[in-house]
Amino acid sequence: MSDHKTMTLTLIVWRQKNANDPGKFETYTAKNITEHHSFLEMLDCVNEDLIHAGKDPIVFDHDCREGICGMCSQVINGAPHGGQERTTVCQLHMRKFKDGDTIYIEPWRARAFPIVCDLIVDRSALDKIIQAGGYTSCHTGGVADGNAILIPKTVADESMDAAECIGCGACVAGCPNGAAMLFTGAKVSQLALLPQGKGEAVSRVKNMTEAMTACGFGNCTNHYECMAACPKGINVKFIARMNREFLKAQFA
Amino acid sequence: MILDGKCPTGPIEQTWDKHRFDLKLVNPANKRKYNVIVVGTGLAGGAAAASLGELGYNVQAFCYQDSPRRAHSIAAQGGINAAKNYPNDGDSIYRLFYDTIKGGDFRAREADVWRLAQVSNNIIDQCVAQGVPFARDYAGYLDNRSFGGAQVSRTFFARGQTGQQLLLGAYSALSRQIKLGTVKMYDRREMLDLVVVDGVARGITVRNLITGEMESYAADAVCLATGGYVNVFYLSTNAMGCSVTANWKAHKKGAFFANPCYTQIHPTCIPQAGDYQSKLTLMSESLRNDGRCWVPKNKADLNKHPNEIPEEDRDYYLERKYPSFGNLAPRDIASRAAKEQCDDGRGVGPGGRGVYLDFSSAIKRVGADTIKERYGNLFEMYEKITDEDAYKRPMRMYPAPHYSMGGLWVDYNLMSNIPGLFVLGEANFSVHGANRLGASALMQGLADGYFVIPYTIGGYLATVKPGQVKTDHAEFKKSTEDVKAEQNKYLSINGKKTVFEFMRELGGLMWENCGMARTKESLELNLKKIPELREEFWKNVKVTGSGSELNQQLENAGRTADFLEFSELMCRDALHRNESCGGHFRSEYQDEGEAQRDDVNFCYVGAWEYKGDNKTPELHKEPLKFDNVHLAVRSYK
Repeated sequence: MSDHKTMTLTLIVWRQKNANDPGKFETYTAKNITEHHSFLEMLDCVNEDLIHAGKDPIVFDHDCREGICGMCSQVINGAPHGGQERTTVCQLHMRKFKDGDTIYIEPWRARAFPIVCDLIVDRSALDKIIQAGGYTSCHTGGVADGNAILIPKTVADESMDAAECIGCGACVAGCPNGAAMLFTGAKVSQLALLPQGKGEAVSRVKNMTEAMTACGFGNCTNHYECMAACPKGINVKFIARMNREFLKAQFA
Repeated sequence: MILDGKCPTGPIEQTWDKHRFDLKLVNPANKRKYNVIVVGTGLAGGAAAASLGELGYNVQAFCYQDSPRRAHSIAAQGGINAAKNYPNDGDSIYRLFYDTIKGGDFRAREADVWRLAQVSNNIIDQCVAQGVPFARDYAGYLDNRSFGGAQVSRTFFARGQTGQQLLLGAYSALSRQIKLGTVKMYDRREMLDLVVVDGVARGITVRNLITGEMESYAADAVCLATGGYVNVFYLSTNAMGCSVTANWKAHKKGAFFANPCYTQIHPTCIPQAGDYQSKLTLMSESLRNDGRCWVPKNKADLNKHPNEIPEEDRDYYLERKYPSFGNLAPRDIASRAAKEQCDDGRGVGPGGRGVYLDFSSAIKRVGADTIKERYGNLFEMYEKITDEDAYKRPMRMYPAPHYSMGGLWVDYNLMSNIPGLFVLGEANFSVHGANRLGASALMQGLADGYFVIPYTIGGYLATVKPGQVKTDHAEFKKSTEDVKAEQNKYLSINGKKTVFEFMRELGGLMWENCGMARTKESLELNLKKIPELREEFWKNVKVTGSGSELNQQLENAGRTADFLEFSELMCRDALHRNESCGGHFRSEYQDEGEAQRDDVNFCYVGAWEYKGDNKTPELHKEPLKFDNVHLAVRSYK
């Protein structure tokens, strides 16, 4: 509202026309920003000014703007999603910044995520990992009653902890090796924990890790940066579980 | 024209089973000869594409996001209904059917709603089999919670992320089919036209959002699962990319648009903070299980800290007005009640646009830990946005546009009036009548996708020869040229106002004059102002960049242009319906704040036919018959 103090910020933003363009940083000023603006609303304001000036606005991925779709993806001052605990870019608010700040904004940077335009990257590699085995092979219809197989609360809860992943790729962007181990580990663990997923546990972990490597993701060397970057707080214990599943699969 | 929904007749309990038997089948060996297009990969589209691919059809699926996993179904929080009756509290298929008909204020088809209630139980089983981690109790049984508009606990949930988990279930099934090669996935594509040849839907024209190229796809049937249109209000709980475009393009090619004035305003959303705001965030209806809505009784208390206002000076208005449902009154009723308090000058927070949702008595009763376990992620989200701790002070809430009950008209087989065009999920109009009950959207999306379309599309395809039209047909070329011309027009205007400025202005008009309450005067005003705004748009919009590259302004320009046309239809429909029902509240037709239906004159589905640019659309009616549920005044008192 109008009685709030406003901020002026300097933005240094990665601009890259397309995959073949080398890209470079450009500097912009964000004016009249209040503490209640979300980070993306702040960028909206900058973009409106750019359009009025006849320039091309900054292109970024976003959709639900409530932290669940996983579409938004920006590295802010070196931290994926801006570094606030359990927060996506769209849920980051400007009260975390102060008047006069300089903010660096970059896309996810990883070998498996080629840049499409400005802050947008191609994350289809994550879909390929799921396609390799991130499911139970049940058919539509003809399944048992939901209560036919009991799943104790502790097991269901742990599976849910893993299932919370929104597939944004911040774990990859945060990892010095560009690894997708947290993403893959979360899906492997969600299904390996549940009785419904146990039947295919062996082939699943093999196929998904193979796809992970084929897509150009790196390996885990225990930096835990993925967990720090994850907006859903997915725990690295799921990487350990995936490794255990992988080892078990070698003897199956 | 009197429309026929082609509902099966006979005892309601047998309608779906009998109909399934009567539907023609496609021989398993012939299925692969048929191409099916599915647009949208939310619960309805994702489930449909996966199920149809598994049956053996050649499926092409499309979404505008970078992955099918991101469709806006993902944002649904609270839960999904089913008539399992696990808690032994008196639920049944019949009761879910009855509650849904009543909740929709008697403006939905009985047979469609019955089918929804019947297959609801299969959905839960299906999702469990996929590995959806629903909440369970310590013994391992599925847990349930209660939701608005029902007196039984029939809602299944996965923390506050039920939509996400159900969507990931459908996405995993879809991913499996993509791997098997039965579904070809096209992401970052936006459907910009429906191709109709000799009155039959034959394909779509899409824009590749990365390259800007126009692409043509032909098929033997087209399924639209493209969601709702409440972004017509600009600020809503929908994702930024949600639009009426796919539906509107189909409408302009002949598909009837049914009940566009039925929009749902959700009672518990975080109030708007400023003019720059881009969207509104919903807080799950499940919060009303433990949260109590109130405003100060006295205006003098408005500026006090809520915790300083004593119990006797608080007006728990839902408990006062609707003692038997209390805080669990249905959404339309709870929203209107909140508006009523704010209009009375007792709203809290900036601009007086808010009511309190208070958890203090629940925290006293069950402890903060239990509340945290139930709603922790919602409290966290609330704090991120407002910087307030809802464990210590009540949340502030205000209603916001959330869901559209109206949509493209479909018959019982989910087929529109254009042969070969099917419409699923929120994009169709079929089961929620004039108001949707909480936890019923997820149910409908998955019912349509997993358990209705796989049967009914076969009934259609069995009657047509596969592959009759290819993309080299003149209609595809014409469609591509038309879309390109429209795109070039946006780019060539080079006016003074941005796309967002137009959309914000349109949203303001719609919220003010066609929002939670509407009058003859407000609607007539909009019918004058919207064409003016549209005219200005075509003269004064500014879109930079080109069409042959990624251009988000161009995407939004197209969506806004369609909203500028659709909004007029919505107002026209609201103006013609001289009654109040569910989410459609005409201030002239009320009984002390309660909606006053007119069953003698308006017990029908209003389906509009497009007659050309700037021509008055024609209204067709499908009368609604109630053989099983007695038409009655809807009371939650």
